[in-house]
Amino acid sequence: MLVDEKPARSKELEQALADAGYEVVATLSGRDDLRGRIAALTPDVIIVDMQSPSRDALEDMRRIHEELPRPVVMFVDETDADSIRAAVRAGVSAYVVDGLKGRSVRPVVEVAIARFQEFQALRSELESARTTLADRKLIERAKGLIMRRRRIAEEDAYQLLRKSAMDQKRKLVDVAREVIAMSELL
Amino acid sequence: MTRELSIGITPLADCAPIAVALEHGHFAREGLAVTLSREPSWANIRDKLATGVLDAAHMLAPMTLAASLGIEPVAEPAVTAFALGLGGNAITVSSRLWARLADEGLAAGAPPDACGAALARVLADDRAAGRAPLRFATVFPFSMHGYELRFWLAQAGVTPDRDVRLQVVPPPRMVAELEAGAIDGFAVGEPWGSLAEMRGAGSVLVAVEDLWSRAPEKVLGVNARWLARNHATHKALLRALLAAAHWCDEPENRPELARLLSASHYVDAPESALLGSLAGPKRFHTFHAGDANFPWRSHAMWIATQMLRWGQLEKPLDLRATAARVYRADLYREAAGELGLRAPSADEKSESFGGVRFEPARAAEYATSFAIAKLRVAADELAAAQHARD
Repeated sequence: MLVDEKPARSKELEQALADAGYEVVATLSGRDDLRGRIAALTPDVIIVDMQSPSRDALEDMRRIHEELPRPVVMFVDETDADSIRAAVRAGVSAYVVDGLKGRSVRPVVEVAIARFQEFQALRSELESARTTLADRKLIERAKGLIMRRRRIAEEDAYQLLRKSAMDQKRKLVDVAREVIAMSELL
Repeated sequence: MTRELSIGITPLADCAPIAVALEHGHFAREGLAVTLSREPSWANIRDKLATGVLDAAHMLAPMTLAASLGIEPVAEPAVTAFALGLGGNAITVSSRLWARLADEGLAAGAPPDACGAALARVLADDRAAGRAPLRFATVFPFSMHGYELRFWLAQAGVTPDRDVRLQVVPPPRMVAELEAGAIDGFAVGEPWGSLAEMRGAGSVLVAVEDLWSRAPEKVLGVNARWLARNHATHKALLRALLAAAHWCDEPENRPELARLLSASHYVDAPESALLGSLAGPKRFHTFHAGDANFPWRSHAMWIATQMLRWGQLEKPLDLRATAARVYRADLYREAAGELGLRAPSADEKSESFGGVRFEPARAAEYATSFAIAKLRVAADELAAAQHARD
């Protein structure tokens, strides 16, 4: 999917992408319903002009709502291309390429997709590591509360938590959260 | 020696001090040869400031904090020593939604809490009937518009991330999307609310001024590394902007300001809509009076509390120390002093949004005090991170 404000250039890009073996499912401008069309067409990659006012909306979809699990390739077709490219090399912004003409299209799009997948994998890894750590902290806290309140040993407090979770068919961390919430009330 | 500078602006009325500083020769008098770059997105402003394509920019106040706190894809600290103005935002609803609110007994000109209560009833009806949630647009995830809209909704008992759909739309597109029914309301800077009213597409429901008088809005953001090398140039920039902001604030200058800003290389909106927002009865904008350009650290702290509240920050932080790093009140005082202008001696003050007091000394407590929130930082961990004392 192409998001571009300049029809003449869009035509050129569409052709370059078609020559590289891609199918352009839609070419949109800021006046189109970006969110709806992306949801309906589920493009493999979105190519956006840096001068498009839709950049903020695309970023929002990607970062806040996580509605956009798609790589976004941004192209810069202006005099600042050099510094922006330097920035990308330094890891500043996701994917920026210049021109997107002729034969260079395919590798650029492929690299963007590959980098995106790497990023997604890294992120889900981080996410799960973080959850485990946060869960463990909560369970530790609940255990401490039970130990103090019931004056029992750590292992007994843990067993109590586990049994309670099993009896209620709930996750250990959910029971821990409840114990903490209850203790704040009391 | 003349210094060449590139400054980014966006098509909103509060780029006024920058536009006037250029048009009236204030930059030139300070030895600055300024080129303005009209940017179509906040993401562009952020990226170009981070990469040095722009030296300074018209920025949403929260963007400077977001950049400095590493929650943007671009981890390049930004700072500000100058608020470009206060207020100017409004929450506008479509004519269709307005009719539904009127059916709920809402009268035109009702106070913000009554508007919120009526909207909450409409949303509850929709939920009960299984209809899709209403859609509200703001301009960027890190914006005062977003935090103002969320705060107002939550005060009415609405959970923003559940009961409505929040999305981002570029300001110049807002009115058309409202007309087309793609969104049901928006929170944006002027003149776009006034323009929606002029076109009959919607009504300004809440002027944010009624929720928070003289709320923070845009700032002149600069890259922290650039500032370290360009201290004197930065001060010259502030002096020029102070002179321009003073001119923008005079009521008799507002018609000329509206004319100037309506040009296609600035806001590109009808002069009458700009005049409505600059000189109309609502007087949305303050550009200079009452220390409006001073970068109050309490503004930065309040913004950070809302970033915490809505889950944009996931690590505890020292709120006062963060504000001191990003909001350079010291640099403002230097520049103002050179012009013989007085500046506040305090760095922070108490603020008030929707009748809820915000005391900077109790910022951490405030951040975790809201019933409707999406906190990802524990209250005790946040409290423990507050080291900077009075």
